[in-house]
Amino acid sequence: MIGDGFLERFRREGRIVVVGASLAGLRAAETLRDKGFAGSLTMIGDEPHEPYDRPPLSKQVLLGRATADRTALPRRRSVDATWRLGVPATGLDMAARRVRLGDGDEVPYDRLLIATGVRARPWPREEEAELDGVFVLRTRDDGAALARRLAEGPKRVLVIGAGFTGSEIASACRERGLAVTVAERGAAPLVGALGGVVGAVAAELQREHGVDLRCGVMVTALEGDASGRVRAAHLSDGSTVEAEVVIVSLGATRNTEWLAGSGLGAGPRGIACDAGCRAFDFRGIVTDDIYAAGDVARCPHPLFGYQFLSLEHWGNAVSQAGIAAHNMLSESTDRLPHMEVPAFWSSQFGVNIKSVGVPSLGTQVLITQGSLEEHRFIAVYGYQGRVIGAVAFDNARWLPFYQELIERTAPFPPQFPTVDRRAEGQRPVDAGFPDPSVPSHGPTVTLSGYSPADRRMTFTPAH
Amino acid sequence: MTPSLLHQILDFANRADPYPIYEELRKTPVHHEGDGPYVVSTYYEVRSLLHDPRISSDARNLASTTGDPLTETAPEEGVLPPSFLRLDPPEHDRLRRMTNRSFGPPHCPHRVDGMRGELHGIVSGLIGDIGDTGRIDLVDQFAYPFPVTVICRLLGVPREDEARFHVWADTIAASLDPDPDADPTERGRSAHDARMQLGMYLAGLIEERRRKPGDDMLSELATAKGPDGTMATMELLSTAALLLIAGHETTVNLVTNGMLTLLRNPDVLERLRADPRLAVPVVEELLRFEPPVQLVPQRTTLTDVEVRGVTIPKGASLWLVLASGNRDPQRFENPDRFDPDRKDIQHLGFGSGIHSCFGAPLARLEARLALSELARRLENPRLLEDPPPYRQNAVLRGPRHLHIACDGIRP
Ligand SMILES: Cc1cc2nc3c(=O)[nH]c(=O)nc-3n(C[C@H](O)[C@H](O)[C@H](O)COP(=O)(O)OP(=O)(O)OC[C@H]3O[C@@H](n4cnc5c(N)ncnc54)[C@H](O)[C@@H]3O)c2cc1C
Ligand code: HEM
Repeated sequence: MIGDGFLERFRREGRIVVVGASLAGLRAAETLRDKGFAGSLTMIGDEPHEPYDRPPLSKQVLLGRATADRTALPRRRSVDATWRLGVPATGLDMAARRVRLGDGDEVPYDRLLIATGVRARPWPREEEAELDGVFVLRTRDDGAALARRLAEGPKRVLVIGAGFTGSEIASACRERGLAVTVAERGAAPLVGALGGVVGAVAAELQREHGVDLRCGVMVTALEGDASGRVRAAHLSDGSTVEAEVVIVSLGATRNTEWLAGSGLGAGPRGIACDAGCRAFDFRGIVTDDIYAAGDVARCPHPLFGYQFLSLEHWGNAVSQAGIAAHNMLSESTDRLPHMEVPAFWSSQFGVNIKSVGVPSLGTQVLITQGSLEEHRFIAVYGYQGRVIGAVAFDNARWLPFYQELIERTAPFPPQFPTVDRRAEGQRPVDAGFPDPSVPSHGPTVTLSGYSPADRRMTFTPAH
Repeated sequence: MTPSLLHQILDFANRADPYPIYEELRKTPVHHEGDGPYVVSTYYEVRSLLHDPRISSDARNLASTTGDPLTETAPEEGVLPPSFLRLDPPEHDRLRRMTNRSFGPPHCPHRVDGMRGELHGIVSGLIGDIGDTGRIDLVDQFAYPFPVTVICRLLGVPREDEARFHVWADTIAASLDPDPDADPTERGRSAHDARMQLGMYLAGLIEERRRKPGDDMLSELATAKGPDGTMATMELLSTAALLLIAGHETTVNLVTNGMLTLLRNPDVLERLRADPRLAVPVVEELLRFEPPVQLVPQRTTLTDVEVRGVTIPKGASLWLVLASGNRDPQRFENPDRFDPDRKDIQHLGFGSGIHSCFGAPLARLEARLALSELARRLENPRLLEDPPPYRQNAVLRGPRHLHIACDGIRP
């Protein structure tokens, strides 16, 4: 197939199918056209909407500053694609190069991009999850429904899980003047992503803004009233919280079930791919016609010893989409590796939080600028004597410098003076990450070893 | 022997076109002569130093000022404490944050946009007053008065006092632009006097606004009670003076360099005339191509810092040559071409990092309005002199006069 002129013909009249019509899928499609792909392009998405942006859903949308249906992703160019929206892909036949759809159709491809992302992990007990007033937040429809309910002025909102999304939701509720309780299993909000030292600041922020924050507890049950509306939650410390709205924010599950039995290296931890976004099959052999990008992908990263890294980050989805699209159209020697340093932002309780690198890999942390007490600082994370991540609270303009330190694998702790170094910035302390084997809301960055196969994945032949 | 690059930058003979010197300079990304400053001229190095927390803007961290021809001759700030331009965090951040509460989002999202109609009125007025279209000095008749009037309106200076404000602003601006033939002590004295008078005037105005606040920026700055408290009167004076000085010559140069560049690129001028929306990319490309602030001379190292194999010692004086970074071929394709259609114009014209231009939203609006209105209203405009005479100043570089003619003024 790599014969003479294959690529040229493929660029001219090949067939590319993209499954997952969201951020990564759209940006990949745009890049393909930018790079001169003139063949047919099919976009398959199970949501009925054209690609839209998710970060505003937990921010502007909940504040009522934007409505959920006004969050369409800006188009960088026209993609001239066949859109199959509102229909899921249900299977993949790698040998015949076909994607099966929920409506029975089959779509053939020469090259396939999988960008099916993740979905919100639901409340585990189904009958409680179905109570009216119990929400998750991942999609535009979730955002619209939740925003509507918040606008009705519920007496109290309960957020289960204080990761980034849960914390942003709590922040929006407080800004709307709603009473909020946050229940978090860990010792502090954001503890899985940023550790206990910085998590303590996040806890202070929540309490200063009037959140009833309860850490070290689990919600054990949700209780409904006679009409099927949620009315209360029971906590592991024996207490009860009465709430009219409950938002379950317990992290995400990768959308890979539809690939079960296909032979692709896909499982609960995502789709393993090489540094060029080419997917592995379940035997650990890299395919050349299937690519993955965005939240669903796990890619080896040179800065982190080529361990597979999964990122639920907006910027990562965009950059992997670009790399995958480029590589689909390139000779093997022209392909590019995905090497971008992970970066993530969040805004909550009036603070702009931004991180670079992988803080959750750090064992120690040093406050190099500003102070924890003022909630304005830069925390640098160290791992085995090198700088591995940095987090800024209201100080993002310095981060490019720290990103360079990460890229250069600069020694930790950094020995040099900086502007605004305080007494607390003299010595690193334990970063305070929880035991990674204890599940939490998820750090949004996960390292998952060297095996392209998923530990928990078994291969079941298609029947 | 050819004169040193440093002196060539400062040499008035090169003012009209310093870009070949910058090209020479970029061959040694960190250039150092004798006991002079370390001059950094390549895009990526300039940008990364602007984000480097080992670099200070506070003159008190300089080991010495001898050897640096720019900091040596810097005019006395007078009795006022340093403004946030010359401070490091946390003081810089606190003052900038407090100032921003009365200027930009999130607390004041409409301040700049709310001035759109007023700016339009000022521009229309200045164009309407042009008179003889056979010989227009765009600097004296348009670019100079424009930003001072804008800052007056922003701060809330009463209309009847604006004329006095213009006189002080001009005197201070002239002192930033040493005329080699004038008596330096005399010039120093009049600038000092102007600063004193401006300071006293502002102090009086602040008192008045504290008693009877309006909805102008000075009133809000004087009365705000945010999480950082209220600004001390001396801090407020420094800040108001900073807004005036930082927003004056810079905007003059942007408008003047803009018109000069447009007249040298008549196809772009014609497109702008037909479609005022082109002003957005035109102004961005101008900030890359002819940046009003050519270099930032006020940085120093808190420790030894290595850049491209050169160790810059602690306490050294740094020049970050924004205008050279903007023409770095490693960063911009065809850097010497004026091309508002470029896809990515991430210029250094407003600096970068925590000191990046505070007034940028206002400066952009001023320049877009000024250039699109000039393009729309001047009929068949042309340069009478190219290159025009420049001001002395190598840092805030721009024409002293820009003589043009046109066939008439459209309504
Ligand atoms: C509320 C919220 C706030 C966020 N805030 C931030 C933030 O502040 N900063 C940040 O960096 N990131 C943030 N993120 C994360 C960011 O939005 C994601 O990283 C990004 O959306 C990933 O894009 P993606 O295209 O890989 O996946 P997704 O956006 O998840 O898209 C995958 C698409 O594929 C569809 N799909 C799944 N299975 C199938 C199938 N079998 N067939 C067809 N279609 C399928 C899905 O329905 C979905 O439309 C936030 C996310 C949420 C939900
Ligand atoms: C075209 C016009 C302008 C240009 C090119 C320009 C350029 C710049 C540059 C390069 C800096 C960075 C200095 C440094 O890093 O040390 C700066 C800072 C600053 N500018 Fe501007 N400026 C312009 C207009 C304005 C206006 C209109 C205002 C005021 C309303 C203003 C206010 C400031 C202030 C207050 C700072 C200091 C910011 C800080 O230190 O945090 N500028 N400007």
